Amino acid sequence: MKLSNNKARYTGYAIVMAGALLMFSPFYFMFVFATHTSSEIFSMPPPLWFGNAFLDNMASLMRHIPFWRNLGWSFYTATLQTLLTLLVTSMAGYAFAMYEFRFKKTLFAVALTAMLVPPFLSMIPTFMTMNLLGWINQPRALYVPGAAAALGVFLMRQYVASAIPSDLIEAARIDGCGEFRIYWSVVLPLLGPALGTLGLISFIQAWNNFLSALVVLRSPSMYTLPLALRILQSPTNSDWGAVMAGSAVAVLPLLVLFAFTSRRLIDGLTTGAVKA
Amino acid sequence: MSLSLPTPEPAAHNGRLSDLHAPLKAPRRKSLVNPVKIAPYLFIAPFFLLFGLFIAFPLLFSLYLSFQSWDATAGLASMKWVGLSNFIFTLTDPWYWKSLYNTASMAIMSGLPQHLIALPLAFFLQTAFRRWRNFVVGLYFLPFITSSVAIALIFSSLYSTDFGMINLAIAAIGKLPGLHWIVPAHPIEWLYSPPNVKPAVSLVIFWRYVGWNTVLYLSALQTIPKDLYEAAKIDGANGWQQFTRITIPLIKPMIFFAVTLSIIGGLQLFEEPFILLPNEGMGTSQSGLTTAVYMYRTAFHDGDFGTASSIAWLLFITIAALMWLNTRIFHRSGMNEENQR
Repeated sequence: MKLSNNKARYTGYAIVMAGALLMFSPFYFMFVFATHTSSEIFSMPPPLWFGNAFLDNMASLMRHIPFWRNLGWSFYTATLQTLLTLLVTSMAGYAFAMYEFRFKKTLFAVALTAMLVPPFLSMIPTFMTMNLLGWINQPRALYVPGAAAALGVFLMRQYVASAIPSDLIEAARIDGCGEFRIYWSVVLPLLGPALGTLGLISFIQAWNNFLSALVVLRSPSMYTLPLALRILQSPTNSDWGAVMAGSAVAVLPLLVLFAFTSRRLIDGLTTGAVKA
Repeated sequence: MSLSLPTPEPAAHNGRLSDLHAPLKAPRRKSLVNPVKIAPYLFIAPFFLLFGLFIAFPLLFSLYLSFQSWDATAGLASMKWVGLSNFIFTLTDPWYWKSLYNTASMAIMSGLPQHLIALPLAFFLQTAFRRWRNFVVGLYFLPFITSSVAIALIFSSLYSTDFGMINLAIAAIGKLPGLHWIVPAHPIEWLYSPPNVKPAVSLVIFWRYVGWNTVLYLSALQTIPKDLYEAAKIDGANGWQQFTRITIPLIKPMIFFAVTLSIIGGLQLFEEPFILLPNEGMGTSQSGLTTAVYMYRTAFHDGDFGTASSIAWLLFITIAALMWLNTRIFHRSGMNEENQR
């Protein structure tokens, strides 16, 4: 369908593109500010183009926080959470799609309720559970609970049901393949696209996770990036050049990832949201 | 959807699958347990183990806690049953009501514009864009996948009173002929002056989630068959009529869903105010204190886990009540049971 009126249409283009620029501008200023000193950022006129203080800002950043450690913990936590999520949810999704068993429907419904539990509701008891387990200040307090991803179970179940023919499973069974080996050697290799999409979603979630990190991580040397960046901010005297450089480095990996995978990521997130 | 409707194809297959399997199993080694019967439980076990330990248990435990008086530093033994007194304390606490008011007003201030913009934007992207659509959608969607901390930090600098980009932009616009009146006498204190705090935080939340809603609406629009529009055009319907008579009614289930998500998310506001506002999310004279932040402070600053749990559950009940109301409203406006699930 086309809009009948050309004038309205071009006005529409102009508004949508101006909006897109406005949406992107905070990112632009973050990258520009990351390359200027604090005094340059807050001067008249403000910097609108890249400067050359990025390395100085990074150096100053590292005086305030153990930046490389924090970056490392972020990668470590996000990677492990992604792998664990893929393993746990693909097994569960496969079972829900390909087997008949008692209480299947009820169990699946229960699994999906996990999506509706507001995170703030379990904040306090999660802290206490971690305390009990001795996981306070440990990255595993983030990536192990993070793997209980209801959205993942749902996406995997959908994908297995649509992409894996049950004849294939049956054939493997006749050939004497054990149940776990069917999953591991026959099903899992065929789940590529779904694993890719869910992997992206899990990685981004884990990378950005602030709330759980705030509750379970206690010392700056164990902080993931979001938590570390926050301690840079002080109401009176923030080193804004360093803050922006740190934020830019934290955001950049996701921007690059997103540039190549946006279609897939958006499709994955909306399928989960729309069909669940 | 998938919960209530019978799953079409795979379910049918599965039925046959286990039937077929039974005779094949017989000649093999006899075993007391049938692996095909046990396997699914083993496959779902890891998920449910995590689910039980980190989702179900904390939930029930927080309910239990809300009836206890407990000083976290004194160990589990110091827990004491206090009945409803945590709830009574919270319900008579003016800060609780203030936080609820703050949360609700920011949820509305950020949520309503999101939908009013996302819906027409999605419609326009769907109808007038082709090659560039994914790129433009990507730009709008970008904030959604970005760390809330990074976002809050960027905006703290943009909102800065003396040299922040936003105040400078207002000053620059004021230099245009006839627009000098928009420049206030003093630079605006976005994050410190109580009346400005809520709009300032709401703008950040709006910016973060408008792309998400656009994407949701876009995915719903893409399911509408094109011939419906063709037919309407032949009957002489203009763009606006097509939008109001075809698009809106057909994507009503999605509007319901997206609004539901906004209600759930809006009432849980935590990260943005927590990082943007001075004093860990309080704002000057609690002007930006949300209920979730208040709960966090009660637990982790004051060490009063019992009262904090009662705040959490009261907020949860509020969310549930609003969801119920939301369902009723959409129901009454003519959305049938089938579409809504």
